[in-house]
Amino acid sequence: MATITTSDVRLHTLPPAIGRAGLRGALASEFTKLRSVRSTYWALGALLIVSIGVGALVMGGESGSLTHNIANRAGFDGTQVSLIPFFEIGQLIIGVLGALTITSEYSTGMIRTSLTAMPRRGVVYAAKAIVFTGVTLVFALITSFVAFLVGQAMVASTREGASLFGNVKIPANAIFSGPGGPGSPPKVTLQGIDVISASTVLRAVVGTALFVTLVALIAFGLGAIIRHTAGAIATVIGLMFIIPVIIQTLPQNWRQDIMRFFPDAAGRVISVTVPGGGDPNLWSSWPQMIVTACYAVGLLAIGAYMFSKRDA
Amino acid sequence: MIEVRGLTKRYGAKTAVDDLTFGIEPGKVTGFLGPNGAGKTTTMRCILGLDYPDEGTVTVDGKSYPDLAYPMREVGALLDAKAVHGGRSARNHLLCLAQTNSLPRRRVGEVLELVGLTEVAGKRSKGFSLGMSQRLGIAATLLGDPKVLMFDEPVNGLDPEGILWIRNLMRSLAAEGRTVFVSSHLMSEMEHTADHLIVIGRGKLIADCTMREFIAGSSGAWVRVRTPSAEEFVRAVAAQGATAATDQDGSIEVRGMTTEQLGDLAFSEGIRLHELTTVRASLEEAFMELTASSVEYRADVPGAQQPSTTIGSGV
Repeated sequence: MATITTSDVRLHTLPPAIGRAGLRGALASEFTKLRSVRSTYWALGALLIVSIGVGALVMGGESGSLTHNIANRAGFDGTQVSLIPFFEIGQLIIGVLGALTITSEYSTGMIRTSLTAMPRRGVVYAAKAIVFTGVTLVFALITSFVAFLVGQAMVASTREGASLFGNVKIPANAIFSGPGGPGSPPKVTLQGIDVISASTVLRAVVGTALFVTLVALIAFGLGAIIRHTAGAIATVIGLMFIIPVIIQTLPQNWRQDIMRFFPDAAGRVISVTVPGGGDPNLWSSWPQMIVTACYAVGLLAIGAYMFSKRDA
Repeated sequence: MIEVRGLTKRYGAKTAVDDLTFGIEPGKVTGFLGPNGAGKTTTMRCILGLDYPDEGTVTVDGKSYPDLAYPMREVGALLDAKAVHGGRSARNHLLCLAQTNSLPRRRVGEVLELVGLTEVAGKRSKGFSLGMSQRLGIAATLLGDPKVLMFDEPVNGLDPEGILWIRNLMRSLAAEGRTVFVSSHLMSEMEHTADHLIVIGRGKLIADCTMREFIAGSSGAWVRVRTPSAEEFVRAVAAQGATAATDQDGSIEVRGMTTEQLGDLAFSEGIRLHELTTVRASLEEAFMELTASSVEYRADVPGAQQPSTTIGSGV
């Protein structure tokens, strides 16, 4: 078309259009959206600070307890303890970002502008999900590795820390002997050796980051379904924190049978590195991760369907 | 061009748009009029694929909107100036839109300059006034150099300077051969900008015609006459077969004769005239008349008078 002239400003003629607007442009756009709002930096900053900072504090406390009471050294899972703040609190922080990524479009009205620019909704949704997954995965991996390394540094003096570069041997059991009672603490003998292999530690660190990323995608899918920030976040909290508490109140035999079918279980399994350290009622790490992944994929798919079919 | 055929959209039990059919011609400003709640925004949302019609089809250049290769190059639409993420800067807002249609990055700076927002390009749009938001929205519509522009109530809440700016912009866009489709519930606004009118009420088409036809088709013109010899003049007019009625304020309302004929008549009868004016129903009146039965929410004001515009020359 002709150039537009209003007052003294002139727009250059656009280069001719070739092909069709598609995923490539949508990906660039979604990345611009994510990097150009403060909530992204707040969420990712909080993820790093809380996961690493609280992880360091917890491990600092463990360092003292390992030194003062050597019984605590038996079966001490340095990897899991250093990652607990990450997968317990960090999942919620990144979940907020996951929900916001999609609900903020609705709460601000931006969705109408976005879908006018790019009306192929499947492409918009896919681009949003891909960009969010990529950014989350990178930050989750960084957080997981740094939280692990800082945590192990905090217990370095005890020589009980785990390592990514070699096998570590820790005492398997603590045997108490002697009379015990006030004024005469029991004598503790450490027996047996558990070997924590570097590959197990790597699986725990990487797997925990994957778990947190899956939780973020659950939040993203719920955001697309619910379209309200507070509602989506409340549902994530319900699914990841409230339902597990309710399950704890059920009779033992029921609880044992159903807890493995909920998305929160994988975090407690994938981070375990000490042999026999996991919950016997849960599946092993990867099958349990598949459960969480099924929730993420299912909610993402329902979200995609509703994103495409509903009036914007 | 935009073709709306049998468009019907229901929200629950309420029918917002009811079997609406019209086309929008290129190179013109087409005004889309109707009282609040008539279905203007819903129609525009259906054109853009934001809402899915229950029945009927909407096409842009023969394609449904989501099938356009580069939608922003075909249609630039501004439905709601506040439909932006307030935490994002003006520049990043435009950039993320430009990227979806693979538009060059420099285009963002150009449209910002065009609408006069270069100085606040890095600021978050949360703090923008309505006028600035409106300019940002218009900048977005121009990113793709589109053939069709759609604006929903673009002057709502703007100050006179902003209104003038938008009015001139719409005219210059149409002058460049673009199709401009603009909605309003204010007839007076259309009077200055639109060539063609589509009027709807309660979701149904009321009129689809040129501006001239629209005014002519309403109650029509009459002539106001003031004279010291009112009785004599009324008799003379009646003798010519036209109707004349005396108003409360003493002026005479004549229908069926032109100012030329009345002037000649007064001259030949030797009657002095103090005023001889053609009064044409304003767009506002024509609109009120047409939509009177289709206003969804009405507040009756006792003794309220409808405005009228006087066109022509006094004597």
